[in-house]
Amino acid sequence: MDDARVARRGLSPRLWLAGGWLVLALLATIFAPLIAPQDPLAQDLMLERLPPFWLDGAEPGYWLGTDSLGRDLLSRLIFGGRIAFIVAFAAATSACLLGSALGLIAGYFGGWADRIISRVVDVWMAFPPVLFAILLVAVLGTGLSSVILAIAIIDWTRFCRVIRAEAMSQARMDYVESARIAGYGRIGIMLREVLPNVLPSVVALLSLEMGIAVIVEAILSFVNLSISTDDPTWGGIIAEGRLSIHQAWWVLVFPLITLILTVLSFSQFGEALKARFDPVLR
Amino acid sequence: MAEPLFSVRGLKVALPDMTRKPLIGRAPLAEILKGLDFDLPKGSVTGIVGESGSGKSTLGRALVRLLEPSAGSISFEGRDISHLSEAELRPLRRDLQMIFQDPMSSLNPRHTIFSIIAAPLRQNGLGDRLKERVAEALQRVGLPQNFASRYRHELSGGQRQRVGIARALALAPKFVLADEIVSGLDVSTQAQILTLLEKLAAEMGLTVGFISHDLSVIRRLCQQVIVMREGRIVEASATDALFDNPKETYTRDLLAAIPLPEIDADWLRPKAPA
Amino acid sequence: MSVCLDIRGLSAELPNGQRVLRSVSLSVQPGEVRALVGESGAGKTMIGKAVLGVLPKSVRIVEGDMLIEGEDLGRLDAKARRTLIGARTALIPQDPLTALNPSRRIGPQMTDRLVRILGWRGERADTRIRQLLDEVQIRDPERVLKSYPHELSGGMRQRVLIAAAFAAEPRLIVADEPTTALDVTVQKQILRLIAQLQRDHGTAILFVTHDLGVVAKISQKVSVLYAGKVVEEAETAQLFAAPQHPYTRALIAATPRYTDPYASLKPVDESVLAGLTAEIAAADKDWRPGHG
Repeated sequence: MDDARVARRGLSPRLWLAGGWLVLALLATIFAPLIAPQDPLAQDLMLERLPPFWLDGAEPGYWLGTDSLGRDLLSRLIFGGRIAFIVAFAAATSACLLGSALGLIAGYFGGWADRIISRVVDVWMAFPPVLFAILLVAVLGTGLSSVILAIAIIDWTRFCRVIRAEAMSQARMDYVESARIAGYGRIGIMLREVLPNVLPSVVALLSLEMGIAVIVEAILSFVNLSISTDDPTWGGIIAEGRLSIHQAWWVLVFPLITLILTVLSFSQFGEALKARFDPVLR
Repeated sequence: MAEPLFSVRGLKVALPDMTRKPLIGRAPLAEILKGLDFDLPKGSVTGIVGESGSGKSTLGRALVRLLEPSAGSISFEGRDISHLSEAELRPLRRDLQMIFQDPMSSLNPRHTIFSIIAAPLRQNGLGDRLKERVAEALQRVGLPQNFASRYRHELSGGQRQRVGIARALALAPKFVLADEIVSGLDVSTQAQILTLLEKLAAEMGLTVGFISHDLSVIRRLCQQVIVMREGRIVEASATDALFDNPKETYTRDLLAAIPLPEIDADWLRPKAPA
Repeated sequence: MSVCLDIRGLSAELPNGQRVLRSVSLSVQPGEVRALVGESGAGKTMIGKAVLGVLPKSVRIVEGDMLIEGEDLGRLDAKARRTLIGARTALIPQDPLTALNPSRRIGPQMTDRLVRILGWRGERADTRIRQLLDEVQIRDPERVLKSYPHELSGGMRQRVLIAAAFAAEPRLIVADEPTTALDVTVQKQILRLIAQLQRDHGTAILFVTHDLGVVAKISQKVSVLYAGKVVEEAETAQLFAAPQHPYTRALIAATPRYTDPYASLKPVDESVLAGLTAEIAAADKDWRPGHG
């Protein structure tokens, strides 16, 4: 009876929708030069503030319209996605590796290791994260690697806390004791018995964190602290759109929708993945 | 009687008492076992019985050295193992195995049954002919060979406990601790598991420590019994002697409290005032 | 006097169409203890929950009637049903710890039901509770009433819940494995108390258990369940003297007895299980989900 839920094997619509959007966005950014209808940096004052395709005065080839310098919005969003995804993958993966490793150690070994790691996490989380990020980038200097580093440095604690709690509950399971009886050492038990059981949570968090990294990167670009101002970024486009909201709302609205869809997809994708793994657990 | 496998003298175990842990600092120690002396003869099944808080599980965990005694000694084949380190214990693990109470929690949901039974073999230098050995272990406990590729959630409660037994016996250990191994099972399954353990113990000449709260089960399986209460041994003797002629009041009370499946109108009558 | 609890042809199923109760019929006369015995998955707890109207959302009753003292629960609207169940029945749960709110003192938790559901005044409820605590032989009611659940032992918590169950003088109590979590010596005390209060108050009990030993001691009638089906129904004395169904015989033979170690603990024979499977299949053959 308790295993009846195992039957739920198929891919949920949530996984399809979220995954679909992410794959689409990812492919678009990878093949940006082939797909983007225009050069994202090409300015043309004759074409400034063209509306999106279904409104009067739209030009073919400029599907989502142009900004106040006449640059094609769709192309800028596609190229901006490159930065967003690079930051998302690199920053989230670094934060995940650091945080999960420390969380696993703290949760499974306990004692001094746990006390030290937990204190550090507590102190870390006392900083307001966005302010912390701005501060870090200001110190590290702007640029792609600084942004990635800043996000990783701030957000590893998210992984650490969750994985620590899960590892602690795993450590109480009989199969951990059973592995000691079998002759495994502490590291062996951590890798063989504990790690596989916390992995679904790691995966879900990783996906969620990618969404968060996209937001943080957008915020940093918004305050002009991300990468060089020439390359389009979603945050940068939003910042520019804000200035011309009354003349050209689309420059603000489309990047916002893109951002929200992407972040939502990351978190939903993670949850759906975890749910898919979970039935095996119980 | 042959030389004992285990010889326990003045055994005390103290564990941190989390209910009295202060806000800052360590939890004070509470003495769970308060000085135990007994021998476990080779090739015998010994029942360790008691109610909750008696310390029977703690005793079991000290015997297989998942816990370190705070005082006294545990000799295994004449060697004092009470304070060996994890590394020193490793070569001994092969001979000290355990079957757990909850077969759900004792099987890792992420590993196949094969991987679960193979783990102790690999760790103890029996990694050659792994397939053969696992197949043998499965056969011994009466599970079909195709179970090797299954996971915990694909098995029934009784099948899970068979896997637990297969894992413990795969190494042909000298001692097996069985900690309440049937308390979570239905009666019909319980009977199967117990008769299986009874058969294997006899065939393999195992020495078994059989922890249980159920004296009925102990009578069938064990040659001698240790009755525990609040960290001390109340009574220890050969099984028939204990059941036919219990010396201590507590043992008699325990026996009288078992509801046997037979009609007895007086059983629920309040005790006559003494 | 009308039958205290009358269940007629009750069937229930899960959303996937799996049948969890198979035309269960049983009755409990006023003042009698009927045991429901079976192994896990037999549906014994499900019946208790159906009586109390607390089935999980996923379980749907597809046919059958339940009558409490002649009143057909199916004919009442939800509110009237709740009121009737609240006034005439009570529960002694399996796990006394999770049945009590850990962050509230025992006293108010015990009087709650009397005040809220039955509309008693605070004082009257308080007096009643003290009287019941005395009946379950709690000698220091002041301390117990002021305690939080975790400050009491398992046996003590179960006494509190027994007192609470009897306090409102229900006609029927559902006892759901009330001693499974307890040590044997405490179990005996608790069973004694339940039997004592049951006799004194003339309350009928539907006693759910997996333990044939407990059945033998506490009940006058018994229904043996397997896979949601009543396979045998008898007077308890009759059941142990001359069990009719092979499954009942097998269960009795499997139950350990220290008085006769080699005649007990007999594994259930394959042929018995095969017979049961055939019986269940036959019961399901003529059954159409959702009709009636």
